[in-house]
Amino acid sequence: MLRKIRIAIALIMLSLLSFYFIDFAGIAPVETKLLTKIQLVPALLALNIGAIIILLLLTFLFGRVYCSVICPLGIWQDVAEFISGLFKRKRKYKFLPTRNLLRYGILGAVTLAFFLGFTFLLSLLEPYSIFGRIASNIFRPLYQEGNNLLTTILGWFNNYKLYMVEITIRSIFSFIIAGISLLIISFMGYRYGRLYCNTICPVGSLLGFLSKYSLFKVRIDKNKCNSCGVCATKCKASCINSKDHQVDYSRCVTCFNCLESCKKDAISYDWSLKTAANEKGPNSGRRSFMAVTGAGLITIPLAKAKNTAALLNGKKAFKRKQPLSPPGSVSAEHLLSHCTACHLCVSRCPSHVLKPAFTEYGLGGIMQPMMSFEEGFCNYDCTVCSQTCPNGAILPLTKEEKHLTQTGRVVFTLENCIVYSYDTDCGACSEHCPTQAVTMKPYKDGLTIPTVDPDICVGCGGCEYVCPAEPFKAINVEGNAVQLEAKPIKEEKEKDIKVEDFGF
Amino acid sequence: MKRRDFLRALALTGLATTVEPGKAFDMLIQTGENAAGNAYDMVAVMGGEPEVMFRSAIKAMGGMSKFVKKGYKVAIKPNIGWDKTPEMAGNTNPKLVKEVIKQCFDAGAKEVVVFDHTCDDWRKCYKNSGIEEAAKEAGAKVLPAHEESYYRTISLPNALNLKTAKVHEAILDSDVWINIPILKNHGGAKMTISMKNLMGIVWNRGYFHANNLQQCIADISTLSKRPVLNVVDAYRVMKSNGPRGKSASDVVLAKGLFVSQDMVAVDTAAVKFFSQITDMRLEDVAHIANASKLKVGNMNLDKMKIKRIKL
Repeated sequence: MLRKIRIAIALIMLSLLSFYFIDFAGIAPVETKLLTKIQLVPALLALNIGAIIILLLLTFLFGRVYCSVICPLGIWQDVAEFISGLFKRKRKYKFLPTRNLLRYGILGAVTLAFFLGFTFLLSLLEPYSIFGRIASNIFRPLYQEGNNLLTTILGWFNNYKLYMVEITIRSIFSFIIAGISLLIISFMGYRYGRLYCNTICPVGSLLGFLSKYSLFKVRIDKNKCNSCGVCATKCKASCINSKDHQVDYSRCVTCFNCLESCKKDAISYDWSLKTAANEKGPNSGRRSFMAVTGAGLITIPLAKAKNTAALLNGKKAFKRKQPLSPPGSVSAEHLLSHCTACHLCVSRCPSHVLKPAFTEYGLGGIMQPMMSFEEGFCNYDCTVCSQTCPNGAILPLTKEEKHLTQTGRVVFTLENCIVYSYDTDCGACSEHCPTQAVTMKPYKDGLTIPTVDPDICVGCGGCEYVCPAEPFKAINVEGNAVQLEAKPIKEEKEKDIKVEDFGF
Repeated sequence: MKRRDFLRALALTGLATTVEPGKAFDMLIQTGENAAGNAYDMVAVMGGEPEVMFRSAIKAMGGMSKFVKKGYKVAIKPNIGWDKTPEMAGNTNPKLVKEVIKQCFDAGAKEVVVFDHTCDDWRKCYKNSGIEEAAKEAGAKVLPAHEESYYRTISLPNALNLKTAKVHEAILDSDVWINIPILKNHGGAKMTISMKNLMGIVWNRGYFHANNLQQCIADISTLSKRPVLNVVDAYRVMKSNGPRGKSASDVVLAKGLFVSQDMVAVDTAAVKFFSQITDMRLEDVAHIANASKLKVGNMNLDKMKIKRIKL
């Protein structure tokens, strides 16, 4: 029964989370966001005290239920394992010794690197973010492909309920990482059960340490147990030592497969201490754990923000010195210290303006979101990314706050401008500017040419996106290392204009 | 001729010659001229609500059934370019769109479709403009236009710069289509009226901006399948900071509506109407004169039969 409940909850969790990531049409209920906020690393980085307490309490009470029903990557491995079961009827696991040095070593390295500003390592290994990247880089295009196919078929019948979507890979690097992660983790799940969770996953190691002290545990009654070893063959965490009637609680992911396997009713999941077997688990990880916690107290040194906006002269490519971080991300540093590159914002951005960075933020910030204007620009009234980030890397903004958040500042290059080069009207940049930080001023012969006011610019990139000048755009946005407050747009006085006649 | 331009011309000519005349070309016989023998070349209305003004305008034009016949597939192209509410006058008034659709159905239209190639996120534009809802209420289908696959290439033999264009299939597959622009200020083209509104039936707008915008607007207006009606919405007029608009102070409640089959004429009239609000010289809105030169329509309003109605 416990096992069935576990499977049901896990499947619902996996489906909802996956859909939240692939849903390009914005039909997933907003409440789905809650499922991302109860992921451990996002909760820790966002300092989401409520979620942290709930997760710790859950672990202290029931062991690593996080790994079996909350973590999407954990559940994904169960799916892979289930598939392997379809092909290989008698899957047999056996007890494996713990690899504590490796586990806690990785946990320590990831944590240390994170506090030294090298977030990439955490992004690379943290399960929720791995799953997020798999979902947005692999599952999402597949879902869109299916949508487009269906749209085409419906189109034959004059049905326009669905619409075509453009399928793009925003970052080859992220795509490759997601693909490799998917292959490795699925293979590990298929072949070795929860090996990833118990040797590599930093979250697994952290929770493993805590779950040694949990109240409810899988307990083997020595008096009933005849050491047949069936339970151990069913244990995908390879943590049951049936010979010694011992369970390594730091590795048990509470899948409950063992409970149903025991013919002698010797295994139970309860809190009673009297049937407890030898619970003395491997202890060598304590030291590493302490070291990790200690490292956690080191605060991040804040580097000084550089104002890198500068006008470029001459007809040449604009080289952005500072990437534009999403509105609400406060600064590049804030992003670096909170974002684990789960790509939820990239996936849900309706304007296709967010893209995983390569080395624009430095090596530590690989795969973190930045604005890029090849495929779109940031909608003035849109706050989707800031509302969606579970990590607190992009803080929530209201529409009014967003209107005053300056992610970057507009830079105009006269030499590249269509109006200057060809003496014709253009004005595409000014058209798209929501604050009129780019306005068209009289130039010559009735023509108008852009002038910019960077102080009221919000850095949305509308101008850069639409500028038709080739090969180099005439208008660009330089990122702000620290997001500034844009000056509010001046309301002109409303003139009471009455139109009395046709005029022709 | 620069090498780049030569290559582009070569490529475009090549492209144009590969275009097969399909079913769509059978319908390319509409012209903007007063072929239907209308009583008036243009009807201008002032002083009412959008739907009321349209009702009296179309009545004066001889009724909708003159333009939309029984069983017709009608495409309607309002301006839905921006993620703005109707009060901001960035898009065509939804009440007007709804009334036009209703009258199409009353005239016996089999199907009415509505679309625009938007500048902002299309789903937000469709929704926040109020046009999606209004159109659906009136029984029309709202079509997406945000992907290149919805467009087909046509050639524009009479054009100067824009020799071919990718036009939305809703226009090409319709029996007739109706153009419903909003009248507003425009930073690049100076004014947005009916010919400028045709940029929303085209896929590659960037080409317009990069290759003499005023000429390309005139060029797209030479397409052989002209709108059977141009209904210029001047109920709310964005007088400055167009086409997007900055704040409510850009908007003037002018309560005007102009209907004509002639895009050049109706745009000329609309500029004159607009210049009562803000200075705007007709010669600065160069695409109107350019289109007149390409014989798209008539700039000389004195020689036209215009009905003026004040409500």
